[in-house]
Amino acid sequence: MVTELFAPALYEALFPAGISRYAVGGLLVGLGAVVIYLGTGIPAGASTFLESTLSYVSDQSRFQRYVSSRDWRVVFTLGIVAGAFGYALTFQSGLVSSGLYESGTTGQLYDVAGFSFWSTDVQPWRLFIGGVLVGIGTRIGKGCTSGHGVCGVGSGSKTSIVGVITFLIVAIGTAQVVMALGVSP
Amino acid sequence: MSSMSQQRHPLFVPLIFVGGLIFGFGLGFSHMARPEVVLNFLQFEDFGLLFVMGGAAVVTGIAFALVPRLFDRAPLTGDTYGRRLKSFDRNVLIGGAIFGVGWGLSGICPGAAYASLGVGNVTILWALAGMFVGAYLQGYWRSQRATSRTTPTGAD
Repeated sequence: MVTELFAPALYEALFPAGISRYAVGGLLVGLGAVVIYLGTGIPAGASTFLESTLSYVSDQSRFQRYVSSRDWRVVFTLGIVAGAFGYALTFQSGLVSSGLYESGTTGQLYDVAGFSFWSTDVQPWRLFIGGVLVGIGTRIGKGCTSGHGVCGVGSGSKTSIVGVITFLIVAIGTAQVVMALGVSP
Repeated sequence: MSSMSQQRHPLFVPLIFVGGLIFGFGLGFSHMARPEVVLNFLQFEDFGLLFVMGGAAVVTGIAFALVPRLFDRAPLTGDTYGRRLKSFDRNVLIGGAIFGVGWGLSGICPGAAYASLGVGNVTILWALAGMFVGAYLQGYWRSQRATSRTTPTGAD
């Protein structure tokens, strides 16, 4: 196993929450993309939804080019929200458990009707300004973590591999600078 | 493009929803829907997130390699199976870098933001609102630029 390749102290430092929840979650993310691909031939990404949904309210040509896919992209996004909600009702609420799942200590859990929901402590200004840049960058850069990172890399696309390396390095640099400036959370 | 919306298989939309369900459940289970966990990764405090993107790309990589050899056409669209190949130009670098600053500042990307709403994170609406504003700004700018290019610029 991967665990035995590292000295225990090093493994603990690199992966304080273990790796199983990450790996299982990642396999499911890939499986969701594959289900859509098998049935439809579409390698779906999540960020096109932003522009395709804007076509409902804006006549700009950049958005109108997505008119033919905008309805199923809304369905895909609603599916993502509902799937995560299903996770919240089961594993996050502790009503279903598994040795492969490690609950975390980040953010705030709150209870509604016997279920546990989760909320971030990251400050709204970081979320909003970061969100604006994510909205600009993913659309100019032709993809996001799912389009480039999952489907593009899975396709062996050099464009996507370069895209992922670019946003990963810049994101690491940004997060390190923000942390060094003492911004937390 | 229009053939898809005109004669769509009745299972097309349900299948997209099921795919989204699995995708979103995975983002919740992996904790990638939590900005703190993404920031912990980018700050080198927990490298587990590598297994989310890696695990997902392995699954899609196997499927994208095998499916086109095993089957001719997708049952719900009649389309041939292709891969996700986009042309490379400097926009990939510029956009990727802008996305990187946003991801590093907020800890959230589009798919994870939708999933974050599902796990109860109402605060993530700030990020979602930002993403729509950002997508609108670049789309407006690029639409205007495309229009001005096609409109003849007279010398008068």
